[in-house]
Amino acid sequence: MSAIEKILLETPGLEDEPWDVERIREDFPVLKQTVNGKPLVYLDNAASSQVPQVVIDRGSKYLREEHSNIHRGVHYLSQRATTAYEGAREKVRRFINARDVRECIFVRGATEGINLVMHGYGRKFIKEGDEIIISAMEHHANIVPWQMLCEEKGARLRVIPMNEAGELLLDEYDALLNERTKLVAVNHVSNALGTINPVKEIIARAHKMGVPVLIDGAQSAPHLTVDVQDLDCDFYTLSGHKMFAPTGSGVIYGKTELLEKMNPFQGGGDMIRTVTFEKTTYAGLPNKFEAGTPAIASQIGLGAAIDYLNSIGRERAVRYEQELLRYATERISAIEGVTLIGTAREKASVLSFIIENVHPHDVGTILDQEGIAVRAGHHCAQPVMQFFKVPATARASFAFYNTKEEVDALAHAIEKVIEVFS
Amino acid sequence: MSELSELYQQVILDHNKKPRNFRVMEEANRRAEGYNPLCGDQLTIYMDLEGDVVKDVSFEGSGCAISKASASMMTQAVKGKSLAEAETLFEEFHRMVTGELDEEAEPNHLGHLTIFSGVREFPARVKCATLSWHTMRAALKGEEAVSTE
Repeated sequence: MSAIEKILLETPGLEDEPWDVERIREDFPVLKQTVNGKPLVYLDNAASSQVPQVVIDRGSKYLREEHSNIHRGVHYLSQRATTAYEGAREKVRRFINARDVRECIFVRGATEGINLVMHGYGRKFIKEGDEIIISAMEHHANIVPWQMLCEEKGARLRVIPMNEAGELLLDEYDALLNERTKLVAVNHVSNALGTINPVKEIIARAHKMGVPVLIDGAQSAPHLTVDVQDLDCDFYTLSGHKMFAPTGSGVIYGKTELLEKMNPFQGGGDMIRTVTFEKTTYAGLPNKFEAGTPAIASQIGLGAAIDYLNSIGRERAVRYEQELLRYATERISAIEGVTLIGTAREKASVLSFIIENVHPHDVGTILDQEGIAVRAGHHCAQPVMQFFKVPATARASFAFYNTKEEVDALAHAIEKVIEVFS
Repeated sequence: MSELSELYQQVILDHNKKPRNFRVMEEANRRAEGYNPLCGDQLTIYMDLEGDVVKDVSFEGSGCAISKASASMMTQAVKGKSLAEAETLFEEFHRMVTGELDEEAEPNHLGHLTIFSGVREFPARVKCATLSWHTMRAALKGEEAVSTE
């Protein structure tokens, strides 16, 4: 069963309540503005999503009433800040269904999460001749750290290929797995294509060979429901700013037994047990991986964003986004001269496209004049662009606060682009 | 839409569709590559420099309409010019698209190139318009690569 089917089938009564998108939009103050005289149509959610008022309020309450350093003071404010920060960690644990809250390490975002595993796990356990498997549709954040590691250790990076629709070839993956494989790192959802990868299957096959798996969940945490125990992934990382929280928030989840045997990431305050000039012993989980003062307000904001997602109903949001994706796919692909890049059977709400004889940057500029924000470029996934033999694409990515009218506005603006360049 | 039609004028669209001097120059004695890592635009400028004069100049590569049209018109503008004249054009063009030069108030040598003045209303596109100019300048100086970040 696919990930989307699972969410929709296992949640009873989803059809009964229609999605009141106008009410949801009220929660997001940024959406109320005009850009170039037109209502803002924000379709760049895969790059960064907008922040609801309740999250803004929570961050600002911390700054107004609770600001202090965490884990350090015996004084009142420090205790309040610590309680709020650790409270957010517990919300994260429930959100991804981790067994133990100490398995949820706060980081700046998914990029830092992957780098933490590269340094803490990779540099300790990957040796010369070992192999790391990634996929053909990774974000640079899940390519470059492993390349750096391979270069340092004399290890080898292997890549699971994909087909023209943007789906991974699992038979090829089987062929890549061998006794030299020491780690598999793949994204759950491709940021450039929208493909939802069958990560549960990918993890199961790696585990048969005793190989741990890291899932880059930057694009799945905001658009699917995630259960790290059900997936049985060894590491899972997400970015707060892609799931309606402020920038600087994020999480890397890791199984306790792995986190415990890993090296720390950065050295500094809060990650130690004792320090002398001769030797330092490290703190237990999760503090071992959280050196220095973290982005306290942002991580508390992440906790508030999780509360918000739970309050609106994550499964219902997924269902609505899928509906929006279907509508947008039909509407946009029907425009003559437009080609969709990424047509996997299972997708999150990402629509990458190119327009014949028009460069995506020109598309982006003209759409911006219409108040429509899309991403134009290589989406930090240059190998994906190379595979599809395009220099770049334009990408519209939807969230549950986007509307069918906004899809129509996008379609009209694309027609305008074609007119300008005809 | 007025700013937009100012940016995508017919001449620019025409140069985008049919770029002039768009070829590899085998006999070039100067060559430089320009790359914008943020958007992936890349182009190569070829030059045949004879003494102090740009005898011939051409380019090839891929990019948006603004960067292609700008490269196309840049080659037309600097062909036959002296090094000092090319440098002056570079400076004037750069100042115009960044809003430091008002082409109507200040005497300049830009001629047709003033068609790119609309770029200054689109700060995100300034790099597209100047990539070929930076690359041309690198070629003149004998540098082989330039990157606009």
